[in-house]
Amino acid sequence: MVTQPTLLLRGPSLVDRIDPRVRVLAAVVFSIVTALLSSLVALGLALACTASLAMVSGLRLAPAARRLAGLNGVMLLLAAVVPLSVEGTALFALGSWTWSREGLLLAATIALKANAILLAVLVLLATLDLVVLGHALHHFYVPEKLVHLLLFTVRYIDVLEQEYGRLREAMRLRAFRPGLSSHTYRSFGYLIGMLLVRSVDRSERIVAAMKCRGFQGKFWLLDHFAMSWADAWFGAAAVAVVIGMIVLQWRA
Amino acid sequence: MASLIEFENVEFNYGPARPVLRDCSFALAPSERLALLGANGSGKSTLLRLAVGLLHPRAGRIAAFGQPRAVERDFHEVRRRAGMLFQDSDDQLFCPTVAEDVAFGPLNLGKPRDEVRRITAETLRNVGLEGYEHRITYRLSGGEKRLVALATVLAMQPEVLLLDEPTAGLDEASSQRILQLLARLPQAMILVSHDRDFLGRIATHRLRLSEGRLLPADHE
Ligand SMILES: Nc1ncnc2c1ncn2[C@@H]1O[C@H](COP(=O)(O)OP(=O)(O)O)[C@@H](O)[C@H]1O
Ligand SMILES: [Mg+2]
Repeated sequence: MVTQPTLLLRGPSLVDRIDPRVRVLAAVVFSIVTALLSSLVALGLALACTASLAMVSGLRLAPAARRLAGLNGVMLLLAAVVPLSVEGTALFALGSWTWSREGLLLAATIALKANAILLAVLVLLATLDLVVLGHALHHFYVPEKLVHLLLFTVRYIDVLEQEYGRLREAMRLRAFRPGLSSHTYRSFGYLIGMLLVRSVDRSERIVAAMKCRGFQGKFWLLDHFAMSWADAWFGAAAVAVVIGMIVLQWRA
Repeated sequence: MASLIEFENVEFNYGPARPVLRDCSFALAPSERLALLGANGSGKSTLLRLAVGLLHPRAGRIAAFGQPRAVERDFHEVRRRAGMLFQDSDDQLFCPTVAEDVAFGPLNLGKPRDEVRRITAETLRNVGLEGYEHRITYRLSGGEKRLVALATVLAMQPEVLLLDEPTAGLDEASSQRILQLLARLPQAMILVSHDRDFLGRIATHRLRLSEGRLLPADHE
């Protein structure tokens, strides 16, 4: 099941007041600029800003920490390995292995970038309902077919999962226990085949239902997003941060 | 008076194997509420699908709103004027939010957005789902889904309703809610149901589908 975006936030939040389009744009621009920077100071600013944003908007600690922990596990590994392969002033050595200062700095840059981007995406995008995200993408001229694919996936993934659950349960109720046998493989084959057949059936019924309501190939969006002052303030702040980052990079 | 939907000696089968409808004739008059009874697999859903042109008969004639209807294009108008409620609401509700789903039909009819918004709010109010506009359809309960599905049909302001087991799979309270709602509607309708009590209270005529034939069932 898709994680419910609202679970990421502690309550009504500042980010809810910002137009989804502005959030998508801000997240994309911020991520690209951050990915291109190399100055530690600029990246420090980037991380500090996203961390403050996360705090102000009441991002829940536990789910955010879980995602950040996963990322930083990899970062630790990088910090251990990268300094070995980058030439430069030796920090310390262990037998024939030397860890360089430059390598460590490089690992730190990567870690700062990754954390800043992940936090920005968590606060700005992961807190959006997928459906709203789909509509926001539509406004950025992402091809209609892709958006509809996303929306239909979100809508029907749950139905499919329930169908899978029902079939699986029916198997269990007749004492099916998966094992390393041809019976198991065949049964799972049937299960998957049945799911496919049912999905095709269902998609045909959905199209029939859509036709009954006058569908002739074109989707109309009902909701239009509305910009507000909150968007202007947030947009201005985001632009200021990005410019600040670029200036710091330039100076370095 | 001219009938809204009329079948004349309609025959239908899915494959070469076995006919589903052998010789079906009936007519639905304005403000009539026709109950369609029959065992599982007797062809009730098939008959409704034929009426809106999702399937085409092998023999016989179908007329709707005073015109004979044969090919796909004839049925575009029928689908605008006849609202069909499907057996499984999950098939019918495919938009992310309730408001968008209810708006889908009216938007397809080419209505302006302001009017669509008004129709959406009004229809939701009529089915007792005020304030559901921004709820996510797949997180609704079974009863709520059925009500929303009904709202999506009513939002097109149909002249006839084709309801395929509108209370199947619902608990007592949800069934009652749907029943009361249907009883208040002015439209002519064809109701597929197994529920005697339900039909007893709102149908004006009864037909039973048995071995591919329609028989009067008013005295059951
Ligand atoms: N898409 C299909 N392909 C082949 N046979 C079908 C299909 N849909 C229904 N049938 C068969 O047609 C018969 C009537 O089905 P249906 O109209 O759904 O019955 P009811 O709604 O009365 O339960 C059943 O025997 C069913 O197995
Ligand atoms: Mg049926």
